[in-house]
Amino acid sequence: MSEASHNSVTTGADPSRRDFIYIAAGAGAAGAAGMALIPLIGQMNPAADTLALASIEYDLSKVTEGMQAVVKWRGKPLFVRHRTPAEIKAAQTADVKGMRDPQTDAERVKEGKEQYLVVIGVCTHLGCVPNFGGGEFNGWFCPCHGSDYDTSGRIRSGPAPLNLEVPQYEFLSDTKIKVG
Amino acid sequence: MSDHQSTYQPKTGIEKWLDSRLPIVRLAYDSFIDYPTPKNLNYWWTFGAILSLCLGIQIITGVVLAMHYIASTDHAFNSIERIMRDVNHGWLIRYIHSNGASMFFFAVYIHMFRGLYYGSYKAPREVLWLLGCVIYFLMIATAFMGYVLPWGQMSYYGAVVITNLIGAIPVVGPSILIWLQGGFSVDQPTLNRFFSLHYLLPFVIAGVTVLHIWALHVTGQNNPTGVEIKSKEDTVPFTPFATIKDAMGIILFLIMFAVFVFFAPEVLGHADNYVPANPLQTPAHIVPEWYMLPFYAILRAIPDKLLGVIAMFAAIAVIFALPWLDTSKVRSMRYRPVMRWFYVLFAITCVALGWCGGQLPTDLVISFGADKAGTPIGLTVTTLSQFLTAYYFAFFLIIMPWIGLKEEPLPLPASISEAVLAAHSKKKG
Repeated sequence: MSEASHNSVTTGADPSRRDFIYIAAGAGAAGAAGMALIPLIGQMNPAADTLALASIEYDLSKVTEGMQAVVKWRGKPLFVRHRTPAEIKAAQTADVKGMRDPQTDAERVKEGKEQYLVVIGVCTHLGCVPNFGGGEFNGWFCPCHGSDYDTSGRIRSGPAPLNLEVPQYEFLSDTKIKVG
Repeated sequence: MSDHQSTYQPKTGIEKWLDSRLPIVRLAYDSFIDYPTPKNLNYWWTFGAILSLCLGIQIITGVVLAMHYIASTDHAFNSIERIMRDVNHGWLIRYIHSNGASMFFFAVYIHMFRGLYYGSYKAPREVLWLLGCVIYFLMIATAFMGYVLPWGQMSYYGAVVITNLIGAIPVVGPSILIWLQGGFSVDQPTLNRFFSLHYLLPFVIAGVTVLHIWALHVTGQNNPTGVEIKSKEDTVPFTPFATIKDAMGIILFLIMFAVFVFFAPEVLGHADNYVPANPLQTPAHIVPEWYMLPFYAILRAIPDKLLGVIAMFAAIAVIFALPWLDTSKVRSMRYRPVMRWFYVLFAITCVALGWCGGQLPTDLVISFGADKAGTPIGLTVTTLSQFLTAYYFAFFLIIMPWIGLKEEPLPLPASISEAVLAAHSKKKG
């Protein structure tokens, strides 16, 4: 075949050297294209200023017993609830075993500060904001698909797979918390 | 068809000069004037042209709206209100664009059901069908992102719920979710990128449409008999026959379009989307636009979050696999006496799923009275959705392969021309 003989002339006596250049050039181009994807994909991750807004401080003395404050944190609602003794008792005495996402009330509040429940107000099903006071468990009820949370923000019925998330937070003083 | 010889004769000097450099006039002439078209095409075949028009309308009105829209969480809602109240003819252009999306989906569903009935996905048209599925998937993505842009309550929570579907993926889901949203929630970065992609994707759709039409012209059009073109007797030239028929379809379609734009511009929308987005308060009842309701019903029919998401995406994926699921040698369901009834049932199922998607999951479809505690019992929307979802998948995965092997098809006509003449003499006699 004329084409094959033509190739053997152009590749010279040692075809493996020519093959190496082809493969190296191809691999180099593929590698460069791959590297170019890093900034193109990475730019969609949260920017530095978005991350900088990631923590807030909140003064709990504004929330009186039986009240709930809704604070915006990382673009989401944060429920800061000052629970009544009845609500705390209901949360502590509920049978954890039968729950979908078993967690005791003590695991969801800070020790000695059981009256304050801080949870992210985003339903773990598909992200709607549950309303307080609805549902069978006197906690939160999601209007979208009917997830029912108790006074500790634990999922008790409905489609949501997990309890309302407790964010990372710490007490800076007796009445001040830092979230995030 | 591919073996069709070009009959284009450049007449003027300029045409001859251009034809030897870029034969673009020849391409247009061969594709849309002299192109041999099956002589028995019915009005269901006009939706291809209607869809091209829909894409054109959406791109033109969309580019114009982008001249006034501001993709900012502070200004998006108000900029839409400004378009509706202050921009010259803004209300008209926006209503054409928002209703245009619904019209586009209405036409594409008819186009898809037509392809399903007449077996237009079967060999050698598999690639044609796959490209159509890609266009449909891109349409869903584009429509979803477009619906987010007005930044009303439905826009916002639609974006929240749909992006959270990705979060259902185990292990990597939450990281992908943050990457997709560009933050820890749907916010400014999300709106900005959705606007960018909503502007881009229609042009991608236009590109895939060119491939779709190219693939169509390689294999030739299917027709109501499903019998391939055998001789010149079976065809008529595209112009004037198909052109005029398409034009007639377009006129009727535009009349319906105009009725919505001028007399019921909001009937397909949701009043809640005229409330500005509030990340701290979810509206009581969230529903997607009507054209996504069947998939939303499938999502909600499955009680498990991850499996629900998988089922919803599988419902679209299974359409891609259709050419390899149908085992029948006969294309058109005109000659498939058993399959056509399953087809009718499938069409009803899709409409019923759409209805279920718009109801509350716990609502009762049929009430059987109440239990001892006084709670009403009966067939819930969720239970009905589960039956319908089961049939949806069974149609593709069980009925399609099985009936194709078992069914005794009716005798096929020898050619398109024979079928046309037989129908003609039957009408006369």
